Amino acid sequence: MTAADDPRASGRAAAAPGLTNADGATKERRRREEGRRRLSGGPGASEPASTALLEIQDLAVRFGPVRAVDGVTLAIPAGPFGLALVGESGSGKTTIGRAVLRLVPAAGGKVRFEGADVTRLRGRELKAYRRAAQIVFQDPDNSLDPRVRVGAAIGEVLAAHRIVPRDRASQRTAELLGEAGLDPALAARYPHQLSGGQRQRVAIARALSVQPRLLVLDEPTSALDVRTQARILDLIADLRARRSLSYLLITHNFAVVSQLCEQTAVLYLGRVVESGPTGALLGAPAHPYTQALRSAVPEISANRRRQRIVLPGDPPDATRPPPGCVFHPRCPLAIDRCRTEVPALTAIRPGRQVACHRAEEVLAGASAG
Amino acid sequence: MKLELRGLTVRFGDRAVVDIDHLSVGQAEIVGLAGESGSGKSMTTLAVLGLAHTAGARVAGSITLDGAELTGLSPGPYRDLRGRRIAAIFQSPATAFNPVFRVGHIATRALRQHGLAGSEAADRLTAAMRSVLLAPDLLRRYPSQLSGGQLQRVAIALALALRAEVLLADEPTSALDVTVQAQVLELLRELRDRDGMSVLFISHDLAVVAEMCDRVAIMRAGTIVEQGPTAQVLAAPADPYTAELLAAVPTVGSGAPP
Repeated sequence: MTAADDPRASGRAAAAPGLTNADGATKERRRREEGRRRLSGGPGASEPASTALLEIQDLAVRFGPVRAVDGVTLAIPAGPFGLALVGESGSGKTTIGRAVLRLVPAAGGKVRFEGADVTRLRGRELKAYRRAAQIVFQDPDNSLDPRVRVGAAIGEVLAAHRIVPRDRASQRTAELLGEAGLDPALAARYPHQLSGGQRQRVAIARALSVQPRLLVLDEPTSALDVRTQARILDLIADLRARRSLSYLLITHNFAVVSQLCEQTAVLYLGRVVESGPTGALLGAPAHPYTQALRSAVPEISANRRRQRIVLPGDPPDATRPPPGCVFHPRCPLAIDRCRTEVPALTAIRPGRQVACHRAEEVLAGASAG
Repeated sequence: MKLELRGLTVRFGDRAVVDIDHLSVGQAEIVGLAGESGSGKSMTTLAVLGLAHTAGARVAGSITLDGAELTGLSPGPYRDLRGRRIAAIFQSPATAFNPVFRVGHIATRALRQHGLAGSEAADRLTAAMRSVLLAPDLLRRYPSQLSGGQLQRVAIALALALRAEVLLADEPTSALDVTVQAQVLELLRELRDRDGMSVLFISHDLAVVAEMCDRVAIMRAGTIVEQGPTAQVLAAPADPYTAELLAAVPTVGSGAPP
């Protein structure tokens, strides 16, 4: 299904400019263009230009002896586009998101945003990047200051980045809350006076306040009830179409992924073990780890349930990764070769990459089943 | 029935947060109690554990275990029964273990509370750890040195070592990764099959309930809006609220993949 077929995408894109008055919209557009010029004219300008919005190349992040992210390469085109990072706790998915936003330093590799090397941005360029790329965390309780009213939390960001003149801040805040599906009157409330779903909408409105082009969504619905989760997922789909957003969606839930992301990368112990178009990857996983993750998703309907592959044990200690394929101690298909030889991430089908010595067999089995 | 609730109400002042006409769990049965935050699921757990008063609530009505009335039991006998005959595991195993003690110390103390000490206690604990697929030497670690899934399995092992008859599992996998969730769910099913444990399985996730529970009760604003065999309730919900909850469950490939 293409975005054009998506009923949520149609008719919404035109609504966005209506949310700001003409004057504000022009100013904001000018500001964005200025930001873009600054970004691409920054220290990274000598790098080759590319069509990707975000390019992650051979990224490494270390925490002392732990290689939290180890040679990850990913790309996101200009929006609307969703890339999912899927994996268990400790797989490095959150760390990748933070490294992209420069919340943790990269130990190696490159992160380019619209061609500019993010790791080298300074001063005004960095501030422009902070507007261009925003994050929404799993738990809004920790990302919203309990002593600051919701409206002030958003107004603070508008002021820090001089998004709108001071006298228009409260109007803009109301518009943003409205866009996130909240009653603008909630601006006067404190976070604890809102429900979990409402707080997450505030966090989303705040992230959107600086007109970002890239969002990092770190488990945005994992702490919510199912009905609230469904509504927040709808909101993200809606905003994505209206604002032409690109995002990195960090999650361990494949069901969430299939609603929101064109592309999926599966991570294990800081490495990409498989990536590809979401539909193809979920329909016929090529890596035994993807297969296990896929089979672990609970299903309501008995005839949709797959043979569950329960992985033994926990992911290994990242300070002492096992030799060979890092997944081999838990892999139901491991053979001798897997214990000694690291499988390279290689193209197995157009657009699909997998790091497994037995990928062809896995894929054959998956399509047969 | 192993565990039976009749006309159970839990009140804060004049407001009833739980008002259950009837809910039961049979021997070796897994019964789901499903609903959203604030529906009263967890207060029901606290009431069965005889702990609702610690939250400032008043409990009325009947809770029976093998036909014996539990409400009105004085604190001593209730303490003796809690943990030993009715065990509970919670959403966040990290908050269920005191971080300053080794896991083994916490477990040993819980066993001693119920009159189990010395080599018998140690043997039971070791066997229980093995049956939840954990190495017994993990008991020497501190809670922060175990993963969420490992801690949840230790909590289950403790229930096993005490030979609990009823397990109240309050969102036991909601904080875990899907793969770890799969391990814990399989373990709970085994406890039922192998040890005949009765489980009251509390969850907001109907997909998990669909896989785990023989029967399910759907709870909203303190009352049970419908209950019955899981397959039947989920295939043909009689209450519109159940249908709403079902529609909200995301399934792989169900959305509109862009």
